[in-house]
Amino acid sequence: MNKVSIKITINNKTYEKEIKPNLLLVDFLREELSLTGTHIGCDTSQCGACMVLLNGYAIKSCSILLAQLNDQEITTIENIEQDGQLHPMQEAFRNNHGLQCGFCTPGMIISAISLVKENKNPTEHEIRKHIEGNFCRCTGYENIVKSISDGASKMYEKENN
Amino acid sequence: MYTFNYHVPKNVNEAITIFKDSEEPKYLAGGMTLVASMKQRLISPTDVIDIKKIKNLDNIEINNNILKIGALCTHDQIAKDSNVLKALENFSFLANGIGDPAVRKIGTIGGSLSNSDPAADWPAAVLALKTNIFTNNRTIKNEDFFTGMFETCLEENELLTSVEIELPDFFNYIKFPNPASKYAVVGVSIAIYEKEVRVSVTGASHTPFMAKEISEALSSNINSDFPKKSVPMDDLNNDIHASAEYRQNLIDVLTKQLINSYS
Repeated sequence: MNKVSIKITINNKTYEKEIKPNLLLVDFLREELSLTGTHIGCDTSQCGACMVLLNGYAIKSCSILLAQLNDQEITTIENIEQDGQLHPMQEAFRNNHGLQCGFCTPGMIISAISLVKENKNPTEHEIRKHIEGNFCRCTGYENIVKSISDGASKMYEKENN
Repeated sequence: MYTFNYHVPKNVNEAITIFKDSEEPKYLAGGMTLVASMKQRLISPTDVIDIKKIKNLDNIEINNNILKIGALCTHDQIAKDSNVLKALENFSFLANGIGDPAVRKIGTIGGSLSNSDPAADWPAAVLALKTNIFTNNRTIKNEDFFTGMFETCLEENELLTSVEIELPDFFNYIKFPNPASKYAVVGVSIAIYEKEVRVSVTGASHTPFMAKEISEALSSNINSDFPKKSVPMDDLNNDIHASAEYRQNLIDVLTKQLINSYS
C-alpha cells in the first residue's frame, strides 16, 4: 500500500510527512502530536468530542483522513488561548458552569467558535440547532447554551475593542 | 480501518483511469459516509480515489431557469449560496437540515446521491424537482437514477459530475427526523411546475421513490383530497424506529403539511 506525502499546518506549525493513507486526523493529533485535548467519544461522527477547526470552521476529526487535508490548516483546542489568556469562549464556559465532566467540552468550544464565526449574535434556538452534532451527557445543555451565548458576546466585544 | 492505496487525480479522466486500473476502488468526495463505513470495515476498498482536488466540480450557477450544482459542492455551501436562497429557498433549508454543521461542511451532494442512502434528504429533492444527473459520459433522468438500497444506475467507474434542476414555481421538503441520527424516518418533497405536481418520498422504503398516485391527484387539482394510504405497506420499512403503518400515515401527514405550506 502506498504512502502519501502530506503538508499540513496544525496550530501554526507546518508538518511535512509521509503517512499511511488510513491515518485519521484524530489519531495523528492524539497519537503522533500528543494533542490529547481533542477527544474520541463515539468514533462514528455523532458526538462531536473530536471537533477541530479546519480553516476556522468545526469539523469532526474522527471521520476524516489526514490525507484529505493536504495543504490545509487545523486548529485544535490547545491553540485557541491567546497570549496565555483563555479564549473568551473558554472563559464563558468557566463562568457559566458550562461543563461537568468536561469530556465534550473541547468539541463544544470548537463548535461554538465556529458558530460565532458565521453568526455573531446567535439566538438560543440557533445555538441549540448548531450543537446538534455535539453530545453532552452531563449538563442537560442549559449551561452550555448560556455559555455559548455569553461567549459569543464576549468574542464580539473583544473584536470591537 | 484496513489500509489502501490513495490517489489524488487532477481531472475526471485521470480519476476514471485509476478506477479502471484498480482492484476494488472507491471514489472519495467528502467521505462523511465512506470513511465511517471503512472504519467499521463494512467496506475495504483497495484503492481510494480522492476526487476533491478535481477543479470545476464545485460551482453553483443559475442560467435560464436551470440550477446547476457541481457534484463536489458541500451541503453547507448549497445551504448558504445566495442565489439558491433567492431562487429556491426551501432547497437551501433542506441542505441546512442534513446531518449537523460539521458534517455539512465536508459532505457533498454528489457523494450523497451516489451513496443513495434510502433515508438521505437529497434524493427526495432530486426526484420531486425536474432534475438531470450528469456523469462523465451521460445524462441520467432523476427517476432512473435510484435503483435500490445504496444502489444507483451508475456504472462501476462512472463519476457523477453535476445535477441540473429546472426551477419550479414552488418547492418544499419536510422530514420527520429520527431524533438521534436526524435521518428521515419519512421525508416528503413537493415540486410544482404550473399544473404538474410532483411528490417524492425518502426514508420510508428501501429506496426513495415518486409518490405517483398522490402526484397525479394533486396535478389534476391541488386543492382536492389526495388518495390516502396510497403506498402499500408491503413496500414500506418496518423497523425499530417506526412501523410500516406509521410510515404510511406519515407520508400522508407530511404531504398535507406540504400542501398547506403552498396555499
